[in-house]
Amino acid sequence: MDNSLRISHEKELNLEATELRLGLPGSDEPEKRSVVRSNKRSSPEASEELECMSKGNMNSNGSDVTSDHDQDNVVPPAKAQVVGWPPIRSYRKNNLQQKKGEEGEGSGMYVKVSMAGAPYLRKIDLKVYKSYPELLKTLGNMFKCTFGEYSEREGYNGSEYAPTYEDKDGDWMLVGDVPWNMFVSSCKRLRIMKGSEAKGLGCL
Amino acid sequence: MNKMEGQAPSPLPDQVLENVLETVLHFLSSRRDRNAASLVCKSWYRAEALTRSELFIGNCYAVSPRRATARFPRVRSLTIKGKPRFADFDLMPLNWGAHFTPWAQALAQSYPSLRRLHLKRMSLTDRDLTLLSLSFPHFQDLLLTCCEAFTTTGLAAIAANCRLLRVLDLAECVVEVADEEVDWISSFPETQEETHLESLVFDCVECPVNFQALERLVARSPSLRKLRLNRYVSMSQLHRLMHRAPQLTHLGTGSFSASELDPEPDYASAFAASKSLVCLSGFREIWPDYLPAIYPACANLTSLNFSYADINAHQLKSVIRHCHKLQTFWVLDSISDEGLQAVAETCKDLRELRVFPVNTREEIEGPVSEVGFEAISRGCRKLQSILFFCQRMTNAAVVAMSNNCPDLVVFRLCIIGQYRPDPETLEPMDEGFGAIVMNCKKLTRLAVSGLLTDRAFGYIGTYGKLIRTLSVAFAGDTDLGLKYVLEGCPNLQKLEIRDSPFGDGALRSGLHHFYNMRFLWMSSCKLTRQACQEVARRLPHLVLEVINSEEGKADDIEILYMYRSLDRPRDDAPKVVTILH
Repeated sequence: MDNSLRISHEKELNLEATELRLGLPGSDEPEKRSVVRSNKRSSPEASEELECMSKGNMNSNGSDVTSDHDQDNVVPPAKAQVVGWPPIRSYRKNNLQQKKGEEGEGSGMYVKVSMAGAPYLRKIDLKVYKSYPELLKTLGNMFKCTFGEYSEREGYNGSEYAPTYEDKDGDWMLVGDVPWNMFVSSCKRLRIMKGSEAKGLGCL
Repeated sequence: MNKMEGQAPSPLPDQVLENVLETVLHFLSSRRDRNAASLVCKSWYRAEALTRSELFIGNCYAVSPRRATARFPRVRSLTIKGKPRFADFDLMPLNWGAHFTPWAQALAQSYPSLRRLHLKRMSLTDRDLTLLSLSFPHFQDLLLTCCEAFTTTGLAAIAANCRLLRVLDLAECVVEVADEEVDWISSFPETQEETHLESLVFDCVECPVNFQALERLVARSPSLRKLRLNRYVSMSQLHRLMHRAPQLTHLGTGSFSASELDPEPDYASAFAASKSLVCLSGFREIWPDYLPAIYPACANLTSLNFSYADINAHQLKSVIRHCHKLQTFWVLDSISDEGLQAVAETCKDLRELRVFPVNTREEIEGPVSEVGFEAISRGCRKLQSILFFCQRMTNAAVVAMSNNCPDLVVFRLCIIGQYRPDPETLEPMDEGFGAIVMNCKKLTRLAVSGLLTDRAFGYIGTYGKLIRTLSVAFAGDTDLGLKYVLEGCPNLQKLEIRDSPFGDGALRSGLHHFYNMRFLWMSSCKLTRQACQEVARRLPHLVLEVINSEEGKADDIEILYMYRSLDRPRDDAPKVVTILH
């Protein structure tokens, strides 16, 4: 679609009316705030912009935030933070930051990951990974173990541990048995089993 | 101690009077009443001093340990506060002071019967804690709020040596990590069949605890009512503890997310079995899927602290609709105006509300605003204390709260953007805060924000007659603002001001009142060294600490921290602090 066609198409769609914007209260916004506002953070676009702004501030104190969004969206530059303002104890701030570091914004696909013999459990966001090697590398780092080479016939033969998952039907499968996308959509939880335990699993 | 005992068969009339006085004064518990009684005459002063068992020291530098222990020889309970509140926000240099060591030594010598110690914003070391643990055979209660400089080694000493320990409460302390992680929970002696523990609060201790030892401890503590865990205790471990201690009234969960067990235990049944629960907190690293577990406990809750739980309106509603008895509620603004609306609809008995921001950027459109604020004021008429952070607020909403909630004692509104006017009218926030001081006749604590002119301070000076604590930031136009307050508020004790254009003239207008105050803090204002020197000369019992980031005798004062003191100025100040006296 060439440029002129695209522009007229966009006009028809009237994107401006549905455009999500961030701006100072009162700037360019005709609507009155009489309606109880629901949680804006549930909107991925708004969350993305927020993340953009906070990241911008981290990189360059007080300078303009560049973003991929429409130039009409005049987002004020993230201001340099004043020491001790707002008055919140660092204890409280740190506790929240930890949390945010873990979960991030927007919807993820969190599944539990447990490991045989380990007294703790972790959560990971499957959406973050693009392939099995990436996922396995992270799991290996998380639980300090290695998985060895995967083969369709032999599974993770030879390695001490094998990654398995429970699918939608409640069956325990070996990670890698199905194509990646099918795995992401059907995986309910992950479990790192001992190699010996995992022998009976999978499509075989 | 009656000198006449055992001598004359009938004691002198004066002695009878002193005995009667001491007996009567034993019943006087309020320190304000006791202070008044001590001023009647010398005999009352002596009797009061001998019978004061609870000693409160609002500023550790206002009186030396030696003087305090000399006047009050029979103290069993001691509270000491150190740094001023603005130190919490990184406005003070590290190592500024408030060291507990000189106090520890004096107490060990003078108060063998000490039972209770509460320290706030003090710096205490492991050595101090060890000394405490060994010096007081009857020691029962240790409460540390916003303290620092100790490690789990010190905690281990307390656990090991204080056989009668009843309360160990660590609130928002910074517990340093010892070189070797000390298993302090295991230090509670296992040989004791039953402990005396009633309260164990360690949610701020940032290191793993030995869970088996903790479980055994809880199992042998039949009097335990308050338990607040740190985030290293998992959900399933919490479940075990709750079954060990179904008599708990105050519970702080640890990590409120997935556990290692599969299938997971029935958490809801644990909460249902804890029929005495009235206070819930914790919820660190929360996975909202687990919220339904607490539903069975909600109907009895009078206090709920969600201020570390990033939950949205929908998730909050599922919980709050059961909480009809709630009186204290701390929460994050992630619940948005919609969540506040839900609180207003259900919690008719609410007395204290604190709303903290998840995102402290001022230029965002925050999730809470005047809409939720006003809804709260309409629904929660019994509100006494509010702390509210927001990016946006109108005068109309603040006025509404002043009318709807006349019982307000504490009003702290923090509009995050500096110098923000009312976004609807573009006026300063003077009228809103003016209405608060006018209509809330019981108000003793006020924190202001937003765009404020001298007019706002005029209102405060005119109507804020009961105000004891006032916090000001980025506000006012001229010296007049501060003058109104210092001349108009006779009960003012704690005044903390930052980044406001108040100068020497304003400072001078408070000379008549400074001895009545616990402290004055002014940072990034317009004070000069000369004016401070003048105040120091004219009021010899005032200590003026001038803190400048660059050492040297600059004329402009960055920070002035001023307080009354009965003793010579302290000698433990770091180099960046200059003491004028």
